[in-house]
Amino acid sequence: MNSGGDRVPPAAFAVEALGEDALLLRFDGPADAATNQRVHALARALQARRPPWLRELVPAYASLALQVQATATTDDRDPLEIARDWLRAQALPIATQAAPDAQPAIDIPVCYGGTHGPDLQAVAEHAGIDAGDVVRRHAGTAYRVAMLGFAPGFPYLLGLDPKLAMPRMGTPRVRVPAGSVGIGGAQTGIYPREGPGGWRLIGRTPLVLFDAARTVPSLLQPGQRVRFVAINDAEFERQVAVARRRRVA
Amino acid sequence: MSVHVVTPGLLTTVQDLGRAGHRHLGVGSAGAADPWSHALANLLAGNQAHAATLEISLSGPTLRFDRPARIALCGARIQAQLDNRDVPCDRPVQLPAGSVLRLGACRNGARAYLAVRGGFAVPAVMGSASTDLRGAFGGMRGRALAAGDVLPLASGNTSDGVDALRIAPWWVDPAPDDNPFPDIRLLPGDSATRDADALFARPWRVHPASNRQGLRLQGDRLHAADARERTSEPVFPGTVQLPPDGQPIVLLADAQTHGGYPRIGHAISADWPKLAQLRPGDALTFVPCTRRDALQAAARQRQRLARLALAIAARR
Repeated sequence: MNSGGDRVPPAAFAVEALGEDALLLRFDGPADAATNQRVHALARALQARRPPWLRELVPAYASLALQVQATATTDDRDPLEIARDWLRAQALPIATQAAPDAQPAIDIPVCYGGTHGPDLQAVAEHAGIDAGDVVRRHAGTAYRVAMLGFAPGFPYLLGLDPKLAMPRMGTPRVRVPAGSVGIGGAQTGIYPREGPGGWRLIGRTPLVLFDAARTVPSLLQPGQRVRFVAINDAEFERQVAVARRRRVA
Repeated sequence: MSVHVVTPGLLTTVQDLGRAGHRHLGVGSAGAADPWSHALANLLAGNQAHAATLEISLSGPTLRFDRPARIALCGARIQAQLDNRDVPCDRPVQLPAGSVLRLGACRNGARAYLAVRGGFAVPAVMGSASTDLRGAFGGMRGRALAAGDVLPLASGNTSDGVDALRIAPWWVDPAPDDNPFPDIRLLPGDSATRDADALFARPWRVHPASNRQGLRLQGDRLHAADARERTSEPVFPGTVQLPPDGQPIVLLADAQTHGGYPRIGHAISADWPKLAQLRPGDALTFVPCTRRDALQAAARQRQRLARLALAIAARR
């Protein structure tokens, strides 16, 4: 919420065509948390006014794509002209990070280290601290979902303590368990599904990040605030059992 | 009313026209890689264009139909036999109850589409019957067909039973365009190559590692004008990426939602049927295209499909 009288500068972005039927809005400034917040604020504002021809609204770190369903409009014009005109007509007081969040913050339980986090010690050594410090720094930070991409429900989180950054593995693991929490470069994220992966695994969450059969398939939404909460093995197993019972067959 | 999978073929998946509105969750569109052939097969089978079909890649399944069925095959020229009789493409075909349809190799193309009257009645997931192979959901349990699978067909598919194979005495010209254009037309991307014409100057060859996610192309290495690492941005089917190895990738129906590689072009939607029919080893050439021509080509294809729909309906 803007406090009385505060004027925050509107988000500035360049608009370009992305193929035949999509616009890409490229936000000015570095691809940092503040820019990412503006991306999500704009996405929320556009979502609230979403016309039937807007097929996709896809945020990324510092950009936002709008895809037009040409056949969903009786308008004969170039779909991108329709989209540009619509954007201009919104006359949006484009919010910045002062806007309220669309959804509450979410706590993600993580069992750090041991079998669930085989690279925790390596990350600690790389950072020159002990494993406990890694956990404290990882779990003690407030993150934002910069975007969901590459795979269904796969979150890219902004806010990792720079001390914990570590390059990806030279050769990815063939099998990373679903729910694994990893560090790749300066990013941290969670693998929603079992599969190959090159990030450094420091823990695992019992939560199911993505289930296409759920009413709300993705646990996380773009722009959402996230915190990690350390849990022990017993609690991990208990929550896995709960998630399994809840899962739609 | 079901279709039983006796043998599954190389990669046979249930597809419709794809999933819309979920790319912000990392969920791609999926759907038929060749939407034209998928739609045409549906029209010939007596369905609406968006009904679920089987997309058959390179080598097809053997299927048993427990009830009489009206089917159609479009796309690549796929070998198809019922009791040693050839089953042709591009026309309605009526199968008697108990038919075992043997689909073999795709010729003159990579993908064929089998439509059955009523459509395959797999549950819709996130608004579509299409198979999301990356997320393992949709279609037949999120995967390619396997031996033993039973594919439900929409009920009420009580087509007039035939007691022997009946092939329509007419067929449609399956080409998506009145004047077929051999090359792949590209809209400009956001990134230039160091040699601006290099993408267009030479033929590219389709690498065997190509799949529904994208065509990997082989040829003389291209260099991006600006080789700096980029932040991930949204991508879509049709996007042409240039990875560090200088070998372009043309994204297809199973394109991921975001990418950090330079985008050196965007294949026009009217040429997606051509892209979907390219086999490993095939050559392709790119030509630049204007927005106006791209939109006109897409509109002409829609009009052509509408005309075919009328002509087919008039035959019933």
